[in-house]
Amino acid sequence: MLRRYSVHLILAVTGGAIITMAYQEYLSLYVMSVLMFIGVNIILSTSLNLVNGYMGEFSCGHAGFMCVGAYVSSLLGVWLFAKDKVFGTAVLNPDYALYAFPFILLAGGVAAALAGLLVAIPSYKTRGDYLAIITIAANFIIISTIENIGAIGGSRGFMGMKRLINSMEDIVDLPWMPIWVFIFTVLCVWVIRRYVSSTFGKGVSAISQDEVAAEIMSVNTNKIKTITFMLSSGLAGIAGGLFAYILGYVNPGSFNIMKSTEVLVMVYLGGMGSLSGSVLSAILFTLLLEAFRFIIPVINDFAHQIHIISPDYDISQVWRWVLIPLLLIILMQFRPEGIMGNRELGDIFPRLKKFYRFK
Amino acid sequence: MLVSIIQNIINALQWGSFYALIALGYTLVYGVLTLINFAHGDVFMVGAYIAFFVSTFLLTTIGLPGWVVLALCIPLTMILTSMVGVTLERIAYRPLRKKGAHRLYVVITALMCGLILENANLALLGASRKAFPPLIEVYVYNIGGVIFTNLKIAVIITAILVFLFLQWVVTKTRVGMAMQAISYDKFAVPLMGIPLDQIIVVTFVLGSGFAGLAGLLFAMSYPILDPYMGALIGWKAFIAAVVGGIGDIRGAFLGGFLLGAVEILVVAFFPSTYRDLIAFTVLLAILTWKPTGLFGIAQTTKI
Repeated sequence: MLRRYSVHLILAVTGGAIITMAYQEYLSLYVMSVLMFIGVNIILSTSLNLVNGYMGEFSCGHAGFMCVGAYVSSLLGVWLFAKDKVFGTAVLNPDYALYAFPFILLAGGVAAALAGLLVAIPSYKTRGDYLAIITIAANFIIISTIENIGAIGGSRGFMGMKRLINSMEDIVDLPWMPIWVFIFTVLCVWVIRRYVSSTFGKGVSAISQDEVAAEIMSVNTNKIKTITFMLSSGLAGIAGGLFAYILGYVNPGSFNIMKSTEVLVMVYLGGMGSLSGSVLSAILFTLLLEAFRFIIPVINDFAHQIHIISPDYDISQVWRWVLIPLLLIILMQFRPEGIMGNRELGDIFPRLKKFYRFK
Repeated sequence: MLVSIIQNIINALQWGSFYALIALGYTLVYGVLTLINFAHGDVFMVGAYIAFFVSTFLLTTIGLPGWVVLALCIPLTMILTSMVGVTLERIAYRPLRKKGAHRLYVVITALMCGLILENANLALLGASRKAFPPLIEVYVYNIGGVIFTNLKIAVIITAILVFLFLQWVVTKTRVGMAMQAISYDKFAVPLMGIPLDQIIVVTFVLGSGFAGLAGLLFAMSYPILDPYMGALIGWKAFIAAVVGGIGDIRGAFLGGFLLGAVEILVVAFFPSTYRDLIAFTVLLAILTWKPTGLFGIAQTTKI
């Protein structure tokens, strides 16, 4: 009984706690946004893990699909429900914004999934590092396309999503963004879990083991590749939509290859083909990024106090992006297979299996 | 018309030379180790900065004339940059390789090394851009309307010489044959008495050294340096290497010049913001048509 419902219980308690605290404004805006970015990063890393871990390809343009999702869902949302200088007055009554919002996000996901075809179709013939290039090129192409569409702001970006969130909060006064991020994060992890443990999903690991052998064993590799790439990029699109609505502003520059690198790091830090590893590493990585915001001034003060650096040089936040990669390199040296390897939480702590079941 | 064609060809050759020189580092390392050394673009950036420091030191502190500085700067930059490349190999890649980590973890480590080089540079030297001192006098020639400088010609000739040199190294020397052997079979080669690690170090020396040379030439041609200059050019050079057929020296050069030509052509006919979009679309089309690149050999898989 407990084993069956423990995961539901834990999720309900955490979700409830976060949302209540957000509602009562116990958590500052900063803490809330960090929590929401954790959710977005979980979606990103688990969905990339589907391609890079379970299917054994090397996709490094995940942020491109995120970009498609972010733009499509924000344009759609603003077009339908908000007054804006690009689209003029709202098409529909803003009172329906709340009910339409999940569909807007899903539409972003569908658009991103279609963009995933850009990578999926070449993958029939190409594998490995050549496919990696195609994904990088796809990322550049998507960003460059959006930068060249002047009507939606080009490289200056697009904004106006805050109005949609305000009108959602006018209908029912709840902190809607944390709620949607939480729901979609759980949904995404659940979908991926269901997908890879299904009979059809076994074909995905078959491709990662040996593509030719899988083909001979009557696995329709092209079909599986198409669906997996589309699912993965579609989920990235949903993450992009959430990202856009959290910030209230998107510009193509925030989805460049650097963002893809961050997602790649999260996947490989967690371990290839480990869903719980991806979730853990997304949480750890986001917290680490934020923690350095506070650690670096401390290091700076300390270094000044013991006079090891000259008084007119300050250790600035730029050092964050020196220290984090350094930390990751050191981590890789000690655990070259990531935090979890390719095992799940239940494989590392078998006793935990008594207490939960997650399917 | 003819004048503008020749003018664009010269521009494309010069711009492609940089891509070719960087692409070669990717291709050498990939050919031997099947490792995508994503830090290579930043090694190029470090090369440009090393050239900057060496040349300003020689010019202002010692006060040598420009051409002597250039003559000293080329070998010094190449040696110092190759030391950076070898350091990365020794500290970051080799331990992972010895532990038998999955190939992609080494790739991620390379990405991290690139980030460290970029941001450490930014943190230590500040965000202000550095202006590279002029080393030689730039002459502008105008032959029948085609305008070019001695520097442009020097860049193109250097790239071609480097190509011939590397082609000779890889196909004719013992080290080059060892490299080919390693890329053929990594497990049997140490059994034949070929020192694996030394050959890999030589590969990194060659690749990073010529990235340093590219950095010096780039800094002389476009004398503004900033820490992120290597990132985009590095990614593009990598794509060029793959389009040419990664692991093949000829492919790297052809891919580099091809990418240079496409970019120059796009800028000649379209607004310059379309440069990346069209260049990458063309490359994507080439890869879809020939999945292993222009010089790549289709791999057969044994079951």
